[in-house]
Amino acid sequence: MNTFLSDPNAQAVVAGVMLLGASAGLTGTFTLVRKRALLGDAIAHAMLPGVCLAFLLTGQKNPAWLLLGALVSGWLSLLSMDFIARHSKLKPDTAIAIVLSTFFGLGIVLLTYIQHSGYGDQAGLDKFLFGKAASLTIQDVLVFGWVAAFIVGVVLVFFRAFRMLAFDFDFAAAAGMPVRLLEFVLATITVLVVATGIQAVGVVLMAALLITPAAAARFWTDRLWSMAGLSALLGSTAGLFGVGISALAPAMPTGPWVVVWLSVAAAVSALAAPRRGILARSALRRRNARKMERENVLKAFYQLQEANPLQLTAFSKEDIQERGYFRYSILRKTLARLRRLGLVEVVSQLRWQLTDKGLGESRRVVRLHRLWELYLSHKLGMADDHIHDSAEAIEHLLTPDMEKRLLEELCYPARDPHQSEIPYDDPLRSQNTAL
Amino acid sequence: MNAFWIILTGTLVATSSGLLGAFLLLRKMSMLGDAISHAVLPGIVIAYLVAGSREPLPMLLGAAGFGVLATVLIEMLYRKARLQSDAAIGVTFTGLFALGIILISAFAGQVDLDLDCVLFGEIAYVPIDVWITPSGLNLGPRAVWILGGLLVLLLLLLGLGYKGLVITTFQAEYAAALGVSVSFWHYLLMSAVSVTTVVSFEVVGAMLVVAFMVVPPATAFLLTNKLQHMLALTVLLGLGTALGGYCLAAWLDASIAGAMSVVAGAFFLLALLLAPRTGYRHQLWQR
Repeated sequence: MNTFLSDPNAQAVVAGVMLLGASAGLTGTFTLVRKRALLGDAIAHAMLPGVCLAFLLTGQKNPAWLLLGALVSGWLSLLSMDFIARHSKLKPDTAIAIVLSTFFGLGIVLLTYIQHSGYGDQAGLDKFLFGKAASLTIQDVLVFGWVAAFIVGVVLVFFRAFRMLAFDFDFAAAAGMPVRLLEFVLATITVLVVATGIQAVGVVLMAALLITPAAAARFWTDRLWSMAGLSALLGSTAGLFGVGISALAPAMPTGPWVVVWLSVAAAVSALAAPRRGILARSALRRRNARKMERENVLKAFYQLQEANPLQLTAFSKEDIQERGYFRYSILRKTLARLRRLGLVEVVSQLRWQLTDKGLGESRRVVRLHRLWELYLSHKLGMADDHIHDSAEAIEHLLTPDMEKRLLEELCYPARDPHQSEIPYDDPLRSQNTAL
Repeated sequence: MNAFWIILTGTLVATSSGLLGAFLLLRKMSMLGDAISHAVLPGIVIAYLVAGSREPLPMLLGAAGFGVLATVLIEMLYRKARLQSDAAIGVTFTGLFALGIILISAFAGQVDLDLDCVLFGEIAYVPIDVWITPSGLNLGPRAVWILGGLLVLLLLLLGLGYKGLVITTFQAEYAAALGVSVSFWHYLLMSAVSVTTVVSFEVVGAMLVVAFMVVPPATAFLLTNKLQHMLALTVLLGLGTALGGYCLAAWLDASIAGAMSVVAGAFFLLALLLAPRTGYRHQLWQR
């Protein structure tokens, strides 16, 4: 690895791919939040005819001409997609697919035409299909560096405007911002980064450099600034890893490995990111489900106590299950959890009862349920037989603050619409008003 | 005779892909065909490695498996991880395609798959690879038989499942309320797309499948408001595209698959500009 890094060509490759990854990650952030993620894919494919035409017209593989050709046809593809989406009933994604396949088909026609007509200097044009990251030169890296600097500059200058464009398009337009010009600027840096990028990773994988780092970054943050920074960082890190793999195993292609690393980063982010990741979401869902199960079992205890004439306070699992229609396995686990929390206790072998703490908690749940029923019935005028289901759901969600407001709004009522008593911790509370 | 077989092959691919593509378009999933056609690559390579040759059945299974895997991954990123749908598609297919290229590079000695071929196939070789029975009877190109079989299967599927497909396409909620499984039809369509892509891919390449899947249905969509007319027009346009593409390619001595994509795009452009009532010319006239 040391010998590898002391080789100037290898340094060029590392620097080039990292610069490219960073600028694509940065640009991709904005195309992603504008919901134009697949645009990069179409633009990349659409550059092939431009490259071939530039070669046909000039007869040489001068990188500047080829780049110009790529830029022009990338731009034309963008205009075509815009035109289709504007002037037909087709959706933008269909417009993208149409432009992509037509332009790419044209590119393939031109490429094969060039190959079959025996142009002397044509070998290597097809490098645009799959890229040639491993053979980047110092000149290429200089170009990548300029492009990256230009893109960073544009993003810094237009950051607020781009954000507005992405999240408040209508407002920006109404406020008199030059939205068409801003879209043009954003499109230009996209075309620019794609045109430089396809030389390294090829047309098919260029889309990944734009989409994947931004998509991965999206999981970690809600702020556009940090998303853009993280996306650029991920892009360049994946670039480094990709080049590293090719250095260790020379048969391995760089571009695809960059994309694989990016995909791994995206997969890890989708799974493990705090709050937005799949694991965090399902943990939250599980916590909420457990809370509902706990509260429903407590409520069943309260209702059993309330209903039996003998003032019993200890009940068997079967009683509880019958009262609350619980699945037996869930009831068993929930009771064990409630016991650990000190809310219920086992009095004899098969009987369970609420502790004082548990009684208070069960009163709270029942109180919220009945308060909400009363609110729906009296304040919103809903029929008494329509309010139970809503209360079943909302009793788990009402905060202490909302409870207090409900109590004030309803003047500490004594009974709910079904004439059941509303339980208070302090029995005197409800005495002052009788509804 | 060669021209006939090539045009017939093109038409067969165009018909199968176009009929499926019409439903993809109406379900606003046009890019999914593109995604699946790329995502099946690792499946094809793995099947090739396991089977050791280009046997069609293992390749079909491998590719169909990865096609469905791609759909599942996209759905998971979209529904479970709440990633916006275009990003979910982009992340999935590029990742799987990159994996495919890496597998090809890693087993370069054992896998006789040409990357260029993956993208735009070699329809010109179709007439060479003929199917000869043990008794020596020449039955014509093998690809025509395979693609014809696929088309028959698809027509059967569309014929039997037309109602289910239509109702889950246009009125998913209503269908769900009636007890029709929306996800069953979704995955059935996706499997059909994967299988079609794979069967067609060896002959015409991933890009032409995408072109046939998206462009003729979109052209037909601009010309009519009726689903049955749209399907019929798609088939007609496919035939015209195959014919025109072959002529263009023969004239330029260029890739036939590429030329067919270009002709499909040209038909689309004509419809976009000149379609009665909805075309651009009409819009200008209205102004």
